[in-house]
Amino acid sequence: MTKSYQEIVGDGGSDILGQVTQQVALLRSRMDRVRHKVAICGGKGGVGKSFVTSNLALALASRGHEVGVLDADLNGASTARMLGVGGETLRVAPEGAQPAVAAMDIRVVSMDLLLPQGYVPLSWQGPPTHQFVWRGTMEASAMREFLADIDWGELDMLLLDMPPGAEHLTDLSDLLPELAGIVAVTIPSAAAQPVVGRCVARAVELKLPVLGVVENMAGYLCPSCGSKSHPFGMEGAGRDLASHFGVPFLGGIPFDPAAATATDEGSPFVVEQPDSPVAAAFRGLAAKVWEAMEGGRL
Amino acid sequence: MKLLCIACDEPMKLVESQGPTEGSVALTFGCPRCGQRTALLTNPGETQLVRSLGVQIGGREGAPPPLEMVRSTLARQSAPHSVEEAPGVEGAGPEWTDEALKRLEGAPPFVRPMVKKAVERFARLQGCRQITGEVVEQARNAWDAPGGGPPPGMGHSHDGD
Repeated sequence: MTKSYQEIVGDGGSDILGQVTQQVALLRSRMDRVRHKVAICGGKGGVGKSFVTSNLALALASRGHEVGVLDADLNGASTARMLGVGGETLRVAPEGAQPAVAAMDIRVVSMDLLLPQGYVPLSWQGPPTHQFVWRGTMEASAMREFLADIDWGELDMLLLDMPPGAEHLTDLSDLLPELAGIVAVTIPSAAAQPVVGRCVARAVELKLPVLGVVENMAGYLCPSCGSKSHPFGMEGAGRDLASHFGVPFLGGIPFDPAAATATDEGSPFVVEQPDSPVAAAFRGLAAKVWEAMEGGRL
Repeated sequence: MKLLCIACDEPMKLVESQGPTEGSVALTFGCPRCGQRTALLTNPGETQLVRSLGVQIGGREGAPPPLEMVRSTLARQSAPHSVEEAPGVEGAGPEWTDEALKRLEGAPPFVRPMVKKAVERFARLQGCRQITGEVVEQARNAWDAPGGGPPPGMGHSHDGD
């Protein structure tokens, strides 16, 4: 009768368990300095998660909070560009990699800051075939490094711009069990609602607090006369979804071409155009999210 | 994974780790009682799975440098041109052995400084304090990997994938 796996102490010299423990300890010590971590998700591509994340970050920062943004959409990174730091790079120092610093002192990390400029997809060195076996692990490790190895400093809030796909919430809740909650982003489109709903359902399954639902593209503001029309469908999808899950409806963000263009160009629209309906909507959203964090609801 | 010497019913200890070479890591384990040795050879998929966890087979001395896994495995990245390293990091360059310097002489003179810098960067990412001929070979193998982006004069380009 030979010894069993459990009877043998250690792994012969690599101390893989010790290395993983060290990774977790570094992640914990870094994240301990971040007061609240909030994931912006929707499950579906094209609902404007990055737009909402970027402008919510600006609205929170304009309230005086220290804010960080981690673009968790590794394969579709766009938040760095939207926050005006698309061409910047990360500096690596012994105490950690330094994030790019956007307007209002927002600290930003995105895969964009590591990839070359141009149409360069994210790809990893490794065996050219059967990449599906290890690519998911590689991406989860990249997320771990972005959380643990970036010198985020003291933050009031770290917003995580999640990729499409509800399954990413599972990975995130493993990495960040202290995640304060999620904000679900939807649009009036009837096709979007079930996908966003599945994402909220996944969060509920994971016992993640759902801070509420935001309806993006809630009406179109004419740049000439300021009147509101509804080319994306009638408003109400966000309110319906919130009602279904018994979570707060955090408000609607109207579509303003000027806000969309400014955000695409990395210009801080909600700060530069504070009187616009979009800026007001984001200020309201920031107030509700902060209140949910600090107001004792959680 | 743990290895057991059946004859002695004794856990085997890691004696040596080599590679990765062509995607394979060679791990030699020995029985501390009878001295029996066994080699474990990983296939490229197994090597990659371990690599993707951000751990090092054979153990690690000290904390890994920031973003080690991402920076050492991204096939195409802005480094070394735009991912800057703070002076404190750049200054603590690994030491070159004579053998490694001899291998470096194999690169054309006009690209040698660039290759030297790239090997030093690779060594730092791997946590090596000394650059041996083996480290140079490992760096070259990493650049030879698909999408590995070798510096000119070493390995082959895979930019077209």
